[in-house]
Amino acid sequence: MNSDYRLTGFLCPVKCKSSIVQFKKDKMKLIKNSVFGLSALALLLSMNACKPKDAGSVVSGDAASKTYVAPGKYDEYYNFVSGGFSGQLAVYGLPSGRLLRVIPVFSVDPEKGWGYSEETKPMLNTSHGEVPWDDLHHVSMSQTKSVIDGRWVFVNGNNTPRVARIDLKTFRTAEILELPNSGGNHSSPFITENSEYIVAGTRFSIPLDDQNGDVPINTYKQNFKGTISFISVDKDNGNMDVAFQLKTPGVNFDLSRAGKGKSAGWFFFSCYNTEQANTLLEVNASKNDKDFIMAVNWKKAEELIKAGKGKKQAVKYASNRFDEKTHTATSRMKNEVTVLDIKDHPGLVYMIPCPKSPHGVNVDPTGEYIVGSGKLAAILPVFSFDKMQKAIANKTFEGDYQGIPVIKYEAALHGEVQKPGLGPLHTEFDDKGNAYSTMFVSSEVVKWNVKTLKVLDRQPTYYSPGHLMIPGGDSGKPTGKYMVVYNKITKDRFLPTGPELSQSAQLFDISGDKMQLILDFPTIGEPHYAQAIAASAIRENSTKLFKIEENSHPYVSKGEGETKVVRKGKEVHVNLTLIRSHLTPDNIEGIKVGDEVYFHATNLEQDWDVPHGFAIKGALTAELLVMPGETTTLKWIPKKAGMYPMYCTDFCSALHQEMSGYIRVSPAGSNVAISYSTGTNQPKSAVTAKK
Amino acid sequence: MKKLIVLSLVVFFIGFLVACGGNKSSDNTADESTSEEVKTDENPSYDPQRGEGKFTKIDVSATLDAEKAELGNKVFQVKCGGCHKLTDERLVGPGWAGVTERREPEWIMNFITNTDEMIDKDPKLQAQLELCLVRMPNQSLTDDDARNLLEFMRKNDGVK
Repeated sequence: MNSDYRLTGFLCPVKCKSSIVQFKKDKMKLIKNSVFGLSALALLLSMNACKPKDAGSVVSGDAASKTYVAPGKYDEYYNFVSGGFSGQLAVYGLPSGRLLRVIPVFSVDPEKGWGYSEETKPMLNTSHGEVPWDDLHHVSMSQTKSVIDGRWVFVNGNNTPRVARIDLKTFRTAEILELPNSGGNHSSPFITENSEYIVAGTRFSIPLDDQNGDVPINTYKQNFKGTISFISVDKDNGNMDVAFQLKTPGVNFDLSRAGKGKSAGWFFFSCYNTEQANTLLEVNASKNDKDFIMAVNWKKAEELIKAGKGKKQAVKYASNRFDEKTHTATSRMKNEVTVLDIKDHPGLVYMIPCPKSPHGVNVDPTGEYIVGSGKLAAILPVFSFDKMQKAIANKTFEGDYQGIPVIKYEAALHGEVQKPGLGPLHTEFDDKGNAYSTMFVSSEVVKWNVKTLKVLDRQPTYYSPGHLMIPGGDSGKPTGKYMVVYNKITKDRFLPTGPELSQSAQLFDISGDKMQLILDFPTIGEPHYAQAIAASAIRENSTKLFKIEENSHPYVSKGEGETKVVRKGKEVHVNLTLIRSHLTPDNIEGIKVGDEVYFHATNLEQDWDVPHGFAIKGALTAELLVMPGETTTLKWIPKKAGMYPMYCTDFCSALHQEMSGYIRVSPAGSNVAISYSTGTNQPKSAVTAKK
Repeated sequence: MKKLIVLSLVVFFIGFLVACGGNKSSDNTADESTSEEVKTDENPSYDPQRGEGKFTKIDVSATLDAEKAELGNKVFQVKCGGCHKLTDERLVGPGWAGVTERREPEWIMNFITNTDEMIDKDPKLQAQLELCLVRMPNQSLTDDDARNLLEFMRKNDGVK
């Protein structure tokens, strides 16, 4: 067990191959420098000495009582966790680690009809057409005065560049915005302290959308550009728009954070591949001793845009919004964006050298300290906002990068955390002036003091941690009770489930001097960043149902009296109602092969937690799951004459099994007339018997 | 040799138990889950005439308020008609014919606005549930909706 654990950091499977190669390379370099080599050896030894005898012994006896939430009791926090390659957002309760909900965002979800119902299909529309999946990495909650305010959660789509907004009243995706001029949206959707903007920095530089992209790949240096999008967030309804974009040299933008307090007008982006490599990046983008943290004065960018300095550029991107009153999404294609070329505007952007392909860049709660995490570096550099401002004022530059001034490393540096561990990735903060950084290669989380830069504690994680999260830990008001670390490798943490395993999250109690591991829980997809908020801040605002009176869906049936079946050529519209425990109508005849049949199902219930489902045999789509007061549409094109049952899929009452009906499908040329009813289509014998 | 291994394992295991024993006893003291209210089956405060809810006294005139009844009809179409017929025939729930003769106005309005509590407490509603097997949902009616529905029920029962 012991050796198994120790190997994980170095012999981990395919996923972290590149890090191993890089680490080996680093080790070679270190050996050349014998002094440094010895210290690295000492570091490795000291870390081994800190490692527990076995995984069980790090959990002390009171862990269970700290995470136990009794039946019927509520968790203290909502934890919104990115679902990675699932494309969805998971909601867990803390400290129990119970999965409360999976919110579908970028990927279709047949369970909820997301991306299958006619109303939700437009949400997944892009300039490329309907994309049924994405890779969701990062989570930012809306803030007011640098405090998480519980209104919206923003998330990024990494693959087909998009950002989405989830409404915390309904826990549903309310908006998805595509990003033009972007090759992959990784450095996103980090937020300013009053939710003025969320940002989106392209991971892959590309020829911009109005340029010919049909060029040799090895012309990266001439033809490829980076962009940073500033996306405005409407104060009242949260609606997003691309306010402006910054055009930058071609590099890879990795992560970012807004300043806060005194640095609130700035945004910081980590960049790698400043070598501008276009192939074998694991070697060719790791040559420079230092890459950069790019500091953007966004208040100045705002002024320049107001002064008309931006250039309009022709692009094409989708803006998709969901209307809660019509229960319907609309996708609009936009065709213009305003771009500022950073090299034309001195004073807008500065580069701060940061060792070895920085991954995370994190700003402490005071806004003074900026932590860079060079994922291949053996130190953690901490920069000072005040020193950076002074260096800018005194022009303490060491040169320029593609025309952008590069501040002298030492001039901006507050100090370095020495020997934090191997493979530093991300940092969060508590309410006591401490920082917590994940070490991917040495599989540990390290607590250190932001001012003194002294390492205070280190604890193993299982295994290879990526992001970590403290409620409020990236805001101006962090908490100091819980920390969750989201790991990339699971191995032996849970019962084996074949080659594919859930990834593990680990909850730590950080209220004492030492971090204490108190819970493991499995996650969906691959968790990257996450956010959390006290349950009390949003619990009471949760929508229980949609008021049927306010439903303005064009095909709503407000009562069974409004149900009908209407033929318009080959299109047939069925206005149908669902209530315990019948469908109205539940007998439908006159549908023909090849008809486009739209079932507009309205749930007439007005009580909490009474959804009805709706499904038809053979329909090439998913079910509908209709909330009380909502109208949702299933499209069906019958291909064969015959009898087709339909039924409610969500066990709704004692008579749920009775909640069903039939649709008769006749051949294309048939003259069976449209007819529909509930309760009256009796056998002829029964009718004559009554008479 | 084998015995030695077994013995050392046993010793190790006991040592382990002892080492961890201290934590266990302190565990049980911090149980907060015992503070649930104890409910009694008897319900002396429940008034079967009035039901339970916010309506204590409803003034009903001998003649019909036609305007209210018409508004009530609209609410019926959207929120009630899926389950109740206006005759004495049962659909999901019982037919409405005669309901205003069987029940007090306050009882009706309390039931349709405070549905869950009433089903839990009213013996007649519990008997009805055994027949219908579907708990009547709370349809989120406003106070005005409830009053208008009462008037519509009165109209259905022949009040002019």
